[in-house]
Amino acid sequence: MSMNRQETEQLIQEVLEVYPEATGKQRAKHLMANDPTLEKSNKCIVANKKALPGVMTARGCAYAGAKGVVWGPVKDVVNISHGPVGCGQFSRAGRRNYITGHSGVNVFADMNFTSDFQEKDVVFGGDKKLAKIIAEIDTLFPLAKGVTVQSECPIGLIGDDIEAVAKKSAKEIGKPVVPVRCEGFRGVSQSLGHHVANDSLRDWILHNRDDDNSFESTPYDVAITGDYNIGGDAWSSRVLIEEMGLRVIAQWSGDGSIPEMQTTRHAKLNLLHCYRSMNYISRHLEEKYGIPYLEYNFFGPTQIAASLRKIAAHFDDTIKANAERVIARHQPMQDAIIAKYRPRLEGKRVMLFVGGLRPRHVIGAYEDLGMEIIGAGYEFAHNDDYDRTFKELQDGALIYDDATSFELEAFVERLKPDLIGSGIKEKYVFHKMGIPFRQMHSWDYSGPYHGYDGFAVFARDMDMTINNPCWKNMQAPWKRAGAETLQQVA
Amino acid sequence: MAIRQCAIYGKGGIGKSTTTQNLVAGLAAEGKKIMIVGCDPKADSTRLILHAKAQNTIMEMAAEAGTVEDLELDEVLKVGYGGIRCVESGGPEPGVGCAGRGVITAINFLEEEGAYEEELDFVFYDVLGDVVCGGFAMPIREGKAQEIYIVVSGEMMAMYAANNIAKGICKYASSGKVRLAGLICNSRKTDREAELIEALAEKMGTQMIHFVPRDNVVQRAEIRRMTVIEYDPAAKQADEYRTLARKIVDNKKFVIPKPLTMDELEELLMEFGIMDEEDESIVGKTAAAEAELAVA
Repeated sequence: MSMNRQETEQLIQEVLEVYPEATGKQRAKHLMANDPTLEKSNKCIVANKKALPGVMTARGCAYAGAKGVVWGPVKDVVNISHGPVGCGQFSRAGRRNYITGHSGVNVFADMNFTSDFQEKDVVFGGDKKLAKIIAEIDTLFPLAKGVTVQSECPIGLIGDDIEAVAKKSAKEIGKPVVPVRCEGFRGVSQSLGHHVANDSLRDWILHNRDDDNSFESTPYDVAITGDYNIGGDAWSSRVLIEEMGLRVIAQWSGDGSIPEMQTTRHAKLNLLHCYRSMNYISRHLEEKYGIPYLEYNFFGPTQIAASLRKIAAHFDDTIKANAERVIARHQPMQDAIIAKYRPRLEGKRVMLFVGGLRPRHVIGAYEDLGMEIIGAGYEFAHNDDYDRTFKELQDGALIYDDATSFELEAFVERLKPDLIGSGIKEKYVFHKMGIPFRQMHSWDYSGPYHGYDGFAVFARDMDMTINNPCWKNMQAPWKRAGAETLQQVA
Repeated sequence: MAIRQCAIYGKGGIGKSTTTQNLVAGLAAEGKKIMIVGCDPKADSTRLILHAKAQNTIMEMAAEAGTVEDLELDEVLKVGYGGIRCVESGGPEPGVGCAGRGVITAINFLEEEGAYEEELDFVFYDVLGDVVCGGFAMPIREGKAQEIYIVVSGEMMAMYAANNIAKGICKYASSGKVRLAGLICNSRKTDREAELIEALAEKMGTQMIHFVPRDNVVQRAEIRRMTVIEYDPAAKQADEYRTLARKIVDNKKFVIPKPLTMDELEELLMEFGIMDEEDESIVGKTAAAEAELAVA
């Protein structure tokens, strides 16, 4: 069914022909046919480069990466979107990173705090206003564990000194105030925002309780990083880790909190799910506190079992035995799910175009259902993501970095996949082409997809999308066979 | 007759505001209707006309009112000597915010509020030292000032600045109707000053529209927050400003400037003895290295 490397390369050439020469030359570097034997990607694909003008891209901005991805889910801080009102409002509550707690008491992430910049703030600077807002927040929400200042573009343009305000205000309110320099014009995608946010956690939060050793740690303490609890992902992951006898002392940052982050240094192992957005802080935790990190994958029973064993291998025999018990206990339900859905999904061909982790991490879940990934690409990956992708994909599979809307459509027209997994901007284009589609950023209002519980939801969602009867009714009634006679009768 | 809109640029401290206000007073004395728009956060472009320290600026008032939309024209537009209408864009104290955005906001406000619809003969924009960013080029964008006057003196840095401003004008001149209308020499009593500025003007393709001599009466008037024309209309210096005003009324020489290259400008300066010929052999040599050479 799928193409071999030569055919894929041929397809890439044909699609590139439409471009002007310079554009084609640039884009050629972002497209390739997969070779699973490759170890390093830097010679065969270019990533994390500025998108070309005139193409539609969905890569977000540094603010999206810092406020939207990393800081947004932290529940007990107040994130101020510092600048005009739009960035804050349009990044609020759209990502479905679930949170437990009470709004205004120990949860603030469900509200939108913004400095609502006006002309006068741009002209006269916003530092005084920011200081006032932080003081007001402290009065209104005394239980918040801290405040972050998420810079929008104008802050960087007018040179406001938010670091100075943060230092002064932190002293006044007795809580961390974190300046995050995530102005949207910085970097080429939201990826830089992840890095900036990680660095701000490192510099302003992580070490604040280094001299407090009141935390009673155990040899089984672990932290979950890079899980944003989309539709409850972190919860359906956490239960499995706890079931094998480990204690999760911190979640970064889905349903996470400042005290958890500061406690992370007591963990024995850092479990890293989204490598792209949290490899920075993971490396720091390793370098400064000696906590090793382990990349794992909780999509689909095959990857989950492998990951549980990989995690257990870092602990004693009890945990190893527990891991086997956990796998054995859940396997029958997983088998039942597969028995139910695999016959309906077997052989279906999928194309993926998502952020910085999922194009490789969800492959196993699809394969558990007998489906095949014929193309995968990232919006804002770096080369180390592609290093990790080659071995997950079949030989000859199409790989596209920062694909343009034209390329995606052209590839889809040629490859005719049975399902596309991508974002909201792509969704309706492909719906109109009559192709089943799942929004794979926030699980299309569904989820969780992580863990054994998540796989049940995942399998059901893929089935109800692909086998939805609507796809058989894509042709207008007057264009169907026999329509002419109908018209004549009328 | 259409309003003639003029912008005054020049190196910081060269005397733009003083020259502008004095020449505008000269125009007013001829019965012309004029508005001055100060485009400098220092807001000192109208004090000699209004006899005030500094008038309330558009941005200051807007910040007080909440937004610029809450502001009325008569709150910021003051009428001074000779019926001259005065506004100041205002802006932040040094080191914070964005003064350029202040100029853009203020000029947009004036347009929307109909400040230009009054029967005016002239609008003068008095702009901060140099074209540092897009905001300070606002007065010479499409539909605004079409005549640029650069205040200059015989000092080297003033001429460098004038030449740089001419480069900025080229950018807008090539796409619109903005033209360089002349250099105003505000004398610093340097050697052969008039001759030098005339030579510079000729090389740039423009004219030295007037040579304003140095006269302490300007300072005496300023202490009283007045223009010379109002303070002492009989003074010789008042005549100079009246002459400048008349020359501007009659001016027809509007050109796309031809800025000098660095080499050309330096050549000119050397020709007039302001700059020594460059000695390539000393470039990058420290005092120690030179001492060593001298010993050897």
